[in-house]
Amino acid sequence: MQIKPILSALRRHKAGTFLIAMQIALTLAIVCNALFIIEQRLAHLSEPSGVDEANIFVVQNEWVGSSTAEQADAKIREDLRVLRELPGVQDATPSNSYPLRGGGWDDAVKLKPDQLQDSSGATIYFADDHFLDTLGLKLAAGRNFRAEEITPMNVRDRLGPPVVMVTKALADKLFPGEDAVGRTLYLIGGPSTIVGVVDLLQAQSVDRWASAFAYRSVIVPKRLAISLGAFYIVRARPGQLQAAMRAAPTALFQHNPRRIINEDDGVLSFAEVRARAYERDRGMAILMGVICVVLLAITAAGIVGLTSFWVGQRRRQIGVRRALGATRQDILQYFLTENLLISCGGALVGTVLAVAINLWLVTRFEMHRLSLMYVLGGVVILLLLGQGAVLAPAMRASRVPPVEATRSV
Amino acid sequence: MLGYYLDLAARSLRRNKVLTGLMVLAIAVGIGASMTTLTVMHLLSGDPLPGRSQHIYYAQVDAYPTHKDDAEPMDMLDYQSAMDLWSARRADRQTLVVESPVKLSQPEAGTPPVMTTLLSVTPDFFPMFDVPFQYGAPWSEADESARARVAVISDDLNQKLFAGADSVGRTLRLRDSDVRIVGVLKPWRPSPQFYSVRGGRFADGDTADFYGKPEDVITPFASGLEINDGNFQQFTCWHLPERQGHLQNSPCVWLGLWVQLDAPAKVAGYRRFLADYAAQQMALGRFTHAGNTRLRSLMEWLDFNGVVPSDVRLQAWLALAFLLVCLFNTVGLLLAKFLRRSGEISVRRALGASRRDVFAQCLVEAGTIGLIGGIFGWLLTLVGLWLVRQQPVPYADLAHLDTRMFLVTFTAALGSSLLAGVLPALRACRVAPALQLKTL
Repeated sequence: MQIKPILSALRRHKAGTFLIAMQIALTLAIVCNALFIIEQRLAHLSEPSGVDEANIFVVQNEWVGSSTAEQADAKIREDLRVLRELPGVQDATPSNSYPLRGGGWDDAVKLKPDQLQDSSGATIYFADDHFLDTLGLKLAAGRNFRAEEITPMNVRDRLGPPVVMVTKALADKLFPGEDAVGRTLYLIGGPSTIVGVVDLLQAQSVDRWASAFAYRSVIVPKRLAISLGAFYIVRARPGQLQAAMRAAPTALFQHNPRRIINEDDGVLSFAEVRARAYERDRGMAILMGVICVVLLAITAAGIVGLTSFWVGQRRRQIGVRRALGATRQDILQYFLTENLLISCGGALVGTVLAVAINLWLVTRFEMHRLSLMYVLGGVVILLLLGQGAVLAPAMRASRVPPVEATRSV
Repeated sequence: MLGYYLDLAARSLRRNKVLTGLMVLAIAVGIGASMTTLTVMHLLSGDPLPGRSQHIYYAQVDAYPTHKDDAEPMDMLDYQSAMDLWSARRADRQTLVVESPVKLSQPEAGTPPVMTTLLSVTPDFFPMFDVPFQYGAPWSEADESARARVAVISDDLNQKLFAGADSVGRTLRLRDSDVRIVGVLKPWRPSPQFYSVRGGRFADGDTADFYGKPEDVITPFASGLEINDGNFQQFTCWHLPERQGHLQNSPCVWLGLWVQLDAPAKVAGYRRFLADYAAQQMALGRFTHAGNTRLRSLMEWLDFNGVVPSDVRLQAWLALAFLLVCLFNTVGLLLAKFLRRSGEISVRRALGASRRDVFAQCLVEAGTIGLIGGIFGWLLTLVGLWLVRQQPVPYADLAHLDTRMFLVTFTAALGSSLLAGVLPALRACRVAPALQLKTL
């Protein structure tokens, strides 16, 4: 294929060539960055929680009226007995929070009592000896809490239990390369000995501000004995989630009606918890996807429109070429190559633009650097799109009969 | 002449329906996408108190002991500083603001209690922020100092509990206290909920929660502290408070102070007052530093907190880039369209039309496309805003097209299509009459 005649033809259509190339460049720049944002959001929302999501639901229980710490603790234990006795329930545990809840008690962890700078931030999960079993967590090292280690915690108590469990992510941060079991860490109320290391457990917040200590949690042997109430995390027997979710609030109300369990979000399956935690990320990913598709469609339409015009304009020249012996294949290839040249020019500018936009986004929106794979992927998509869009007008051009050369337009 | 050009434009647009459709579609989609996001931007970044915001200021002094003078002061005040500054009454109006979670029930109705947020403020809050009343009135200064068990409720709550009737004099139960309703607000939806904006600089752009609805129940400040004692939440503390949720005389910051200052001299005066107060507290040994007091105007405070969520800003930029691509597309198509008519144009030129006439004719055609594109773009904007309203974001209910943005939509459509038409029209009016006529 001869490129020189194509270039000299394009030189006569500077404005059109420039417009298509710029459109391709802009589209490439936007699509690359949009795809990158989609990938980041999807990667974020597919991070594992570490819990048995299919069978878990959470009850948010609030007490009506005030009660002493002892009364509140007794009521919680009663509730747990009720929940664990339900036929569809495998196990239940009380806590101050649960993974993906969206916020809660995060606190600083230190390795020495007089340390000025925190060693790490961490999510604080209250747990009893059923916590691991209820959430379906795996111990990487050490042991679970014993029933006698669980104590009630009142609002005035300072958090400093004798034993704690930590997640592996926190253990690796505090004691890199070493065994964390048996070591000591300091919470706000004093020293605690690590007795167990949990393999994988997501934090209660997955928002950007909490990403510095994602997956780092301290699990404390406490029951939240306050008059306000607590969360009950319940694990249903396989396949009985829906039934257990209906039975649990009914049984709790039957046992003690002086409580609030909100109708709309008082009982949430973990699937709902996950959907709520990531709804903004998912919305953004969908929006970006829609924008990519529409943008590509518009660019394709623009290429079709302009090429059709060029074909119409050059009917006589095409006729002359055909009369001089050019095959249909030649004409088709002429337009395909022409488009490829323009697209390559556009892609070149677009690559620079995509990187520039990404750098700007990095400074303004706390994004990561664009990987070149996305740019390459975007270039391939746009080159294919260009060739596809030009195909129909090019076919039409190739069907121009040689006799056209003898007609006036 | 315009009528003739419009007629020509209509004929030309009808001649090639696919091309026309493509152009209209490109403009419509570009306008629809960018106007949807710009409308959301406009609604979220607007002035929540138009005409008053320049007189409203947020006062900050810094009791945090390990801070130095070059540190940004804490976003809220400790109890002692807040009470000192408020009771000094140095501003034209001043109000303390604190929110706390509370259990709300209505004993007469016998409905189950619900958790809601209690807003506790001093009486200046209502005139200062121009809060509209449907029934009743704010409580008096006397009620405030007597810690009266009274409350003002939102229109939403009034609809829910009393079916919208005048409920002044009725009773609500907040936690364990009965409060008498003294006022019912008209629907009031400031955007953002500016009086509780704080901590935005720590949110990394996740600031959508600043756009929630105002609280359903508002009580006097002092009464609120008593009713809901033990349930207050600190912005931050430098030591653990003695009793969780009870923050008076605790080493915590948890209160907001808004002041109204009607003249520039008073603003300067209040700045001096804050600086003097901090210096005095430092002399007394309560503050460790006094150099970082702040008095930001409402809009400065919103700006400082970066209230517009970063996702919304990102979408707005994206939509503008999108519009740009659509414009390039339209320029290309218009160019093709005009140049295809070179023969027709050269006949007109040969018959005496000036370049200016041809240029005008081309622009009228481009403008027509812009107008049609604008109509479809407006419809797409309505669809886009409907989609925003379906999103699970706190500002979803705000997403409506106001008259101003409606006009902006059409101006943008017309303007962008005219802009897109300039280059093709320039090319078209440079068509040499003789050359084209020869080929006819």
